[in-house]
Amino acid sequence: MIQPAMPKSWYAPTKPHKFCPGCGHGIALKALGEAIDELNIQNRTVFGCDIGCSLLAWNFFAVDSTQTHHGRTTPVMVGIKRSRPDLLCVGYMGDGGGYSIGSQHLLNSAIRDEKVTLILINNTNYAMTGGQLAPTTLPGQKTETTPYGRDVTKTGYPTKGPEMLAAITADGAYIARATVAKYRQLRTFMKRALQNQMEGNGFSFLEVLSTCPTNWRTNAAQTWDFLEDQMEAYFPVGELKSPFGKGEK
Amino acid sequence: MVEKPITGSRKAFMTGNEIVTWAALASGADIMFGYPITPQNEVMHYWTRLAPRFGREFLQTEDEISAGFTVCGAVQAGRKAFTATAGPGNVLMQEPFGMAEAMRLPVVAVIQQRGGPSSGTVVYSQQEVTLTAYGGNGEGHRIVYSVATHQEIFDYVIKAFNTAWTYRFPTFVLGDGYQAKMREPLELYDPAERGIQLVPPTPLVGLPGAIGEDREPQHLCNIYSLEEELYDAVLRLEKDYQAMAPLVVEWQEKNCDHAELIVVSHGVVSRAADDAVQALRQEGVRAGFFRPVTLRPFPQQQLREALRRSGAGRLLVAESSQGQLLRLLRQELYGERVPIDALLMPGVGIVDEDIIAKVKSIL
Amino acid sequence: MAKLTRVALAGEGGQGVQVVAEIIAEAAYDEGKQAIYIPNFGLEQRGGVSVAFIQVSDTRIGAPKFHTGDVVVALSSRAVRRTHQYSGPQTLYVYDSSFELSPQDYPPQAKQVLGIPALERSKAIHPRVFNIIVMGLVVGLTGIVSYDALKQALDKKLGYKFEKNPALRDMNYQALDAGIEMAREALKGGEFAHAE
Repeated sequence: MIQPAMPKSWYAPTKPHKFCPGCGHGIALKALGEAIDELNIQNRTVFGCDIGCSLLAWNFFAVDSTQTHHGRTTPVMVGIKRSRPDLLCVGYMGDGGGYSIGSQHLLNSAIRDEKVTLILINNTNYAMTGGQLAPTTLPGQKTETTPYGRDVTKTGYPTKGPEMLAAITADGAYIARATVAKYRQLRTFMKRALQNQMEGNGFSFLEVLSTCPTNWRTNAAQTWDFLEDQMEAYFPVGELKSPFGKGEK
Repeated sequence: MVEKPITGSRKAFMTGNEIVTWAALASGADIMFGYPITPQNEVMHYWTRLAPRFGREFLQTEDEISAGFTVCGAVQAGRKAFTATAGPGNVLMQEPFGMAEAMRLPVVAVIQQRGGPSSGTVVYSQQEVTLTAYGGNGEGHRIVYSVATHQEIFDYVIKAFNTAWTYRFPTFVLGDGYQAKMREPLELYDPAERGIQLVPPTPLVGLPGAIGEDREPQHLCNIYSLEEELYDAVLRLEKDYQAMAPLVVEWQEKNCDHAELIVVSHGVVSRAADDAVQALRQEGVRAGFFRPVTLRPFPQQQLREALRRSGAGRLLVAESSQGQLLRLLRQELYGERVPIDALLMPGVGIVDEDIIAKVKSIL
Repeated sequence: MAKLTRVALAGEGGQGVQVVAEIIAEAAYDEGKQAIYIPNFGLEQRGGVSVAFIQVSDTRIGAPKFHTGDVVVALSSRAVRRTHQYSGPQTLYVYDSSFELSPQDYPPQAKQVLGIPALERSKAIHPRVFNIIVMGLVVGLTGIVSYDALKQALDKKLGYKFEKNPALRDMNYQALDAGIEMAREALKGGEFAHAE
């Protein structure tokens, strides 16, 4: 059987990885791995993750990696970057970690224009804890804590992270949203989010629309429909802010 | 070549917060992360004025959670980093302090206790003993120095960095609002001048060498899939902690010979206790003085030994809290039959007259 | 002078009591004495009652705070109420008699209560040097530090202002002397003194 080539920056002893079948994390992490390879930065990248499904990436890469509590990846990466500006710090988190419990860190690191790259996986729910409401849960979407569907009059509307961050960041920031459904674009955005840190232009943030068939309780076709139709309709994909020229849609 | 913050030694008359800054500079601290809370603010004020002169860094974070976690990041990157906080800030920092325990991160934090619970006062207390020694969802694998004088603030901040980087447990200098804000004479010195070797920091991430060729990648983690894995990890922490304890434990003992009663106190209250015991001795009252300098690890054997040697039939605990030191004492002296009296004054200062009166009411 | 002297100085935030305490403590330190100065603020940055605790001794000082002072100085009616607790049977209690104080506002315990119109006196020099008059007063009443050490500490603290405006130096010295003189008069049982 022919296996697709693994990025060099992946850590082979921990493969196959532990994400559920159909989960989008593996695709996002492949794009990140290929971007690291392409930019030849494996030896000076520090990868950080928190608890939540992103945790399962703690030993995913053959790069120095560290793990912390929910939402706290951002300050840990900031602490490392401020101490060792020569290192490339990549924080990897879920929508709960970034937009809810760690939102103050995300917001303030963006405002301070911290020279880190933060990657946030948006799968519209808290997956590792069993599928509860997330800041990104779509209106009407059922979760374990919104069993009758998200009622926006009670829990508000889904967080549009990149839109918010684009509004508050300085020129030089890179802010984009990609989807695991468009791999080539995802890889390009991933590379730019890293390159922006390498060039010291500013804060870099990439939200990745991803899938969670386990908690969505969807089959393959339904999973893909939800991602491509419903999620993309609410969360438009593209570059919202880029020092690399006109934003790509 | 950046100049040394302190060359030789010199006398000074300054606030405790200013001393923290000078001591951190002398310790070779590279970076401070902090968030404003009274009564520690002036640590940041002095640091931000002095640090750039010596090539050191500062970041005011969005909250104390972030201040704690940025310190955790910085020490992983191999920099001597520290923070200072108090009260509700100390509560928020328990999350990163727990991570530091789990991952053996040499985090240094100065705690200037204020009144509690909750917002309490911005003034003074000794109510952060339990929190600092045993906060978090772990087992209290921390080192806590409770300082009493301005000279000690300087000495123990320097010591805290060395202890932290030697044993890799989070290390605290526990002060209070009085010590933070008051001025008192002391001597500042270059540690090298006193024969104190500064322990160099070592990184955990961003290591030299090509991954896969020269070395394996670092995969640092503080979460475990299996309860047995966690059990083993905690036992390792406990084993290392117990092995370290006798090497870092510190205490002070005075006038305990032939004492009928020993006054136990820590931090700034021990100054009043010391004076009270001396005054009582002059009046012929056989009082003794014992002060744990490290609250974690606690000088348990030393206190038991002092009890035995003195033959003292009573202990008196004096503290500016409703029994936080008292609880430690009961736990550490389990099995001793000695009755323990207590002078508990949560959130307010204790002076020698208070202790003298209490001792006289007992004996 | 007693071996250990304890002073509590209280005023409205902005009256400069902390600066006074700092200069006195600094002067004591410069003279080679042991000194502790501890500020006690309310929550307000401005406008609360601000208390400074000073202790000067020839030997090591224990607790940084004390229950009752040898001298307690209160510079406003709120400060008087706030400092009752620091006045004991051995305390010389001083208040600024520029404002009205009814007898029931007197501290319940004191060895002697003195009203001294420091604020009134400052108007004849410059309202800004009110706290320096108070500084002279405190030192005049306690002998806590020497005149020369106090002057030097004052120079050290405000020297940068004096450089820019030498007239300010004279004004401050004048205020200092005025305070000391008022203390001397009061202790003589002069015009400002009224026994409790």
